[in-house]
Amino acid sequence: MTGRQIITDAQNTWCPGCGNFSIQHTLKNVLADREKKGQSPDNVVLVSGIGCHAKIADYLDINSFYSIHGRAIPVATGIKLANPDLTVICCSGDGDCYAEGLDHLIFAAKRNIDLTVIVHNNRVYGLTTGQYTPTSPRGFKGKSTPLGTMEDPLNPIELMLASGATYVARGYSKKMELLQTLIREGMDHKGFAFIDVLQICATFFPAADYYTPRVYDLAGHDRSDFKAACTKAGEWDYNSDAPIALGAFYQKTSPVFEAKMTERALSAAEREQAIRDLLRKRT
Amino acid sequence: MKDIAVLIGGKAGDGINSAGAMVAQVLNHLGYRIYLYFDYPSLIRGGHNFAIIRGRETATGTCGTRVDFVLALDQETIERHKGAWKADTAVIFNKDLVKATGQGIPVKEILAAENAPAIMGNSAVIGGFAKAAGISWKTVEDVFSSHIPKGADQNLRVARRAYDSLATVHPLDSCSNAPVPLLTGNEAIGLGLVRGGLEAYVSYPMTPSSSLLHFLAEEQGKLGITVVHPENEIAVILMALGFASAGKRAAVGTSGGGFCLMTEGLSLAGMAELPIVLLVSQRTGPSTGLPTYSGQADLLFVQHAGQGEFPRLVVAPGTTEEALSWSAVAMRIAWEFQIPAFILSDKTLSEGTYSTDCSLVQNIIESDVPPWDKNTPYRRYADTPSGISPLAFPGTGGAVVKVNSYAHDEAGITTEEAGVVAQMTEKRQRKADGLSLAMNRYPQVSISGNPSGLVAILCWGSTAMVCQEVAGPLGLRVVRPVVLSPFPEEPLKKALEGAGMVIVVEENATAQLATLAGQHGIICQKKILRYDGRPFTPELLLEKIREVLS
Repeated sequence: MTGRQIITDAQNTWCPGCGNFSIQHTLKNVLADREKKGQSPDNVVLVSGIGCHAKIADYLDINSFYSIHGRAIPVATGIKLANPDLTVICCSGDGDCYAEGLDHLIFAAKRNIDLTVIVHNNRVYGLTTGQYTPTSPRGFKGKSTPLGTMEDPLNPIELMLASGATYVARGYSKKMELLQTLIREGMDHKGFAFIDVLQICATFFPAADYYTPRVYDLAGHDRSDFKAACTKAGEWDYNSDAPIALGAFYQKTSPVFEAKMTERALSAAEREQAIRDLLRKRT
Repeated sequence: MKDIAVLIGGKAGDGINSAGAMVAQVLNHLGYRIYLYFDYPSLIRGGHNFAIIRGRETATGTCGTRVDFVLALDQETIERHKGAWKADTAVIFNKDLVKATGQGIPVKEILAAENAPAIMGNSAVIGGFAKAAGISWKTVEDVFSSHIPKGADQNLRVARRAYDSLATVHPLDSCSNAPVPLLTGNEAIGLGLVRGGLEAYVSYPMTPSSSLLHFLAEEQGKLGITVVHPENEIAVILMALGFASAGKRAAVGTSGGGFCLMTEGLSLAGMAELPIVLLVSQRTGPSTGLPTYSGQADLLFVQHAGQGEFPRLVVAPGTTEEALSWSAVAMRIAWEFQIPAFILSDKTLSEGTYSTDCSLVQNIIESDVPPWDKNTPYRRYADTPSGISPLAFPGTGGAVVKVNSYAHDEAGITTEEAGVVAQMTEKRQRKADGLSLAMNRYPQVSISGNPSGLVAILCWGSTAMVCQEVAGPLGLRVVRPVVLSPFPEEPLKKALEGAGMVIVVEENATAQLATLAGQHGIICQKKILRYDGRPFTPELLLEKIREVLS
């Protein structure tokens, strides 16, 4: 299919000013650019979890699997193993990916399966109307923590470096050009690509005034240097006041999981023969 | 009726299961039909393990409490199982470790003479057994050569020394049957799934399902399937649904606790109309329960698991032949109707080894899954008279495939419109109607024993063979639904027609099949229940049946 509308007719219900619009727009541009280069969107599958981010599955007119809360990554893993020729993108939320489905995120990175995980990290539960998430700053006053949270946030960049992700980046929904570069790089990367996107929640965590003066581009950083990546990742801990680096922290080439896992499919006759051979061995 | 039993026991780690399998093959080659029961606690080393190998002239799937041979690799085998001895039970033991009356084998001395490793000691015991049972050396040679992939010669030399040093005390006649494959229930389920077109098996280890994971992982290259062991059971079912959404036939396997974690994924399969086959192999619950023992307490759980309403298939095979047949059927039906299909097993079937008569395996009934016509825009959930939507998968030129866990319209876009929600609910329910009709193509209810007997035993799953063996000679009717969802009400009522008394036999404490049957107007007057993790023995079942009949 060429030149198709990448946006469906579904009514968009994100709040005005929501950072999800930027992520969707960026993704749409990346898909359109790829199509111009002959990479058909027919071969792309978008998998989402549940939360505000996940509505993107309804809005983008591409193959999608609107999964359940926290479970986008295992679904995406199954799709990629089933058909390694597909390009599989996971859109996930911070509650989705860092709380409910954290184990899946770590294991996908550990396996280096060729997925692109885009975390719409607005640092708050939006769809359930404002509770803290694993990346909310300490003291965040949400509906479940009226006195402020008593715990420190996770640093997902450090977590992914420790877990073996082979492409680790951070974007910002108000820096769309850079975000476009990161998503394109992530999709082109052969292996597990992780992009944490600082995303504005217009209703429950409108943090643009905090992020905008602090963000800077990692231009010049040596992304092949793991130690340097760790140092940069630790600069801002999602809690204290510090400069916030945007861009790719780390990238390396490593064999992908699906290439090691897939067995050659057999014809029906070969299958029957294989079964007969096994039965003979047990006689 | 030729009917013998051999008990082999030792410590965990002594290789009792594989030694038992060799004894089973020796008897298989003498023409006996086999059932091997393996009893082991949930630990790796040090506990007592034993296997009972039953050989019978006709098919069996149960072990009695008495044995004709005891092969003791440790002292506990002698002490613990004295109650199983008959007056003429032949006792063969490792002389270095066991004090007993019978025939001792100087295992250490034999191993030293052949410069063989300790694990080959089991071959000495098997050689000794063969001589005590008057089995020809040729049979031992044949079995060792075909079933020991590496080092058969050295094992045979070890076995021969024991064979030569013992006397024949309990000669066995051979039977006229040709040897047949010996399969565990899980192996039969695996091969059945492959017959049904399995392309991916995803599983997290949990007894008693793990041996299917091990078997398929070992044979994946030969069978052309992908085998994945992910981080937990939640990932297992979601990955499998990912496979299904991309057009690959996937199955998962687990036991009760793991299945608890899969229920959100099960409900997703129901809503998103994704085909998947689930092996749930029951062990004794609740919770961790008895990990390595059996039970039938998850029938109602499996019937109802998952939020919301959606059709499902549940089959409970009772033999390896049925496991081979019905696992293939489960895969075909899952894909025909785009629904979850369960194979409900238990430790007894999954880990027991059975003679498998492949002539009894039923053929697969092919069904047409409607393809997308490519003329109209693809709609993943197109509403059709049957409720079944044409399938297309991502990567198909021109098709946008939208799979959705939310209530959705025909295109797969989320909706909260009352009318559309009702329409799509009815669409899914129409598949349930079609499923019930489709299952009528299969023999959903098994009848054995005396088909016109006035007293009927009603059972399900792995108790099939013990019920048949005990009730048949008493002139009772044995009725067993193999399909449990959709519940085969009409065929079951027909099978029970004219029975004045129905006795339900189950390995749970609340008679779950009786509850289910009761919801369909089938009343069980008596219940025989066992819930200590051990399968019914023919002796115990006979005693209980006599009690309820008196």
